Amino acid sequence: MRRLKFGMAAAALLVAGSTLAGCGDAGEDGDGGVDVSAEDDCDGKFDDGTPMAELADAGSINVGVKYDQPGLGFMDAGSDIPTGFDVEIAKLLVADLCIDPEDTDAVNYEETISDNREPYLESGRVDLVLASYSITDERRQIVGQTGPYMVTGQQILVPADSDVESIADLKGEEVCSAAGSTSLENVNKEGAVGVPAETYGQCAEDVANGTVPAMSTDGSILLGLAAQYDGELKVVGDEFSEERIGVGYSKDEPEMCEWINGVLEESFENGDWEDAFNATLGGDDVEVPEPPALDECQA
Amino acid sequence: MDVVWENREAILIGFTHTVLLFLIAGIGSLLLGTVIAAMRVGPIGVLRVAAVIYVSLVRNTPLLMVLLLFRYGLPKLNIKFDFVDIVVPTTAGDIRLNNIFTACVIGLSIYTAAFVAEAIRSGINAVPLGQAEAARAIGLPFGGVMREVILPQAFRATVPPLASVQIALIKNTTVAGAVGVVEAFNVMRSMTNNYAGSRIEIFIAFALIFVVLVEVYSFAAHRLERRWRIA
Repeated sequence: MRRLKFGMAAAALLVAGSTLAGCGDAGEDGDGGVDVSAEDDCDGKFDDGTPMAELADAGSINVGVKYDQPGLGFMDAGSDIPTGFDVEIAKLLVADLCIDPEDTDAVNYEETISDNREPYLESGRVDLVLASYSITDERRQIVGQTGPYMVTGQQILVPADSDVESIADLKGEEVCSAAGSTSLENVNKEGAVGVPAETYGQCAEDVANGTVPAMSTDGSILLGLAAQYDGELKVVGDEFSEERIGVGYSKDEPEMCEWINGVLEESFENGDWEDAFNATLGGDDVEVPEPPALDECQA
Repeated sequence: MDVVWENREAILIGFTHTVLLFLIAGIGSLLLGTVIAAMRVGPIGVLRVAAVIYVSLVRNTPLLMVLLLFRYGLPKLNIKFDFVDIVVPTTAGDIRLNNIFTACVIGLSIYTAAFVAEAIRSGINAVPLGQAEAARAIGLPFGGVMREVILPQAFRATVPPLASVQIALIKNTTVAGAVGVVEAFNVMRSMTNNYAGSRIEIFIAFALIFVVLVEVYSFAAHRLERRWRIA
């Protein structure tokens, strides 16, 4: 009996602990994204020996996505496939390899946080990364990046009653962002003081409870977070940086680049890209932007 | 190692925060731990029980959970730590002792105090009972017995285990880096992200600096032990 009581107390403590560490409530379910069906004839589609052919033959692929960015890559509690714009683009790529993007036995949507995207690609733990992955020259030295499939900029998220209007109002103040992200560095460049957090959810929590006056990252992510907090938080300011969000692949597989660009180009033209945007980031008063111009593949 | 040298200012600020976390939490945990140890060996039943509960509760909680409680849990209940907001501008960057830093210092102090209390209790138990009896016999009250007779001897026996606890604290400060204090571990993470090509060097450099910090502390503790041996 004593032992049982102790066990219950321990369980209670555990539950309390995990809720304390909690992120905001899970957001509203999206409408399931776009229907993407796998191509069904990959015989001879890719040249033998290319990584695409290998993946298509194996019929399985690992894709790195974010789990904590509503609208881009977000894993709802209880669902088995993350949702968001990054994920939709990933599905288009996966489908082009004749793999069913909805089949979790074939596709493993692995969580990558800002910090481990390069190591995962280098070690081959994931084949592609679509995790709000900004294209930078430093990153291009160690992994392949192509795209962009989206161009966004950084804005700030503040409590609803805050009178901060732009990043300039936050000089010398703390501004939260994800550890190891380009957002954090841009915050420092603007004269604010970057506070690193493990996830964007923790940042939003800090802003909501007043630990930090603001957080900053790509506007699209902030809109998703603001929606989760239901009027407690608002997105303000003009975009003060340009983030070019692209697809990461291993540097050992340069053939990937042309293929990724081809799939992206096709999606820009046939409306899939726009559908993906509307299903995830779009809303009643959000205009669909023009698809960005793709980078040339580096030889 | 160029990468490490180029970022020496960021690293310096990071380790400054690490050392400050260690110093403030170290002193805080020593004071709190001593009080807890005294309560635990003291004559008042309620305090004894309270100290036992404190030690077993805190010692059995992972540090990250303790820090999460102070960092995210209490602010949600409107218990905030923004009474501290010190910014020291230096040439290398700002040293910021803000609400996040304070929450982490309090968490680290409370966590480490439990271990300090046990280390000191082991020292107190090492003092022969006759000492306490003699002190009582000449009419000293409990506080006096502890202050004048027991603790001075107990601290001597306590130096080695206490040094271990504080060395663990030096390394435990990295957990604060995971919840938003820009200390060494945090600086290291942003560096490994920016210079993913030189990850190994960055890791080694940071590990070495930690080794140096711990060695300096060990040396000081060792000298103290030798000095106190001849009493």
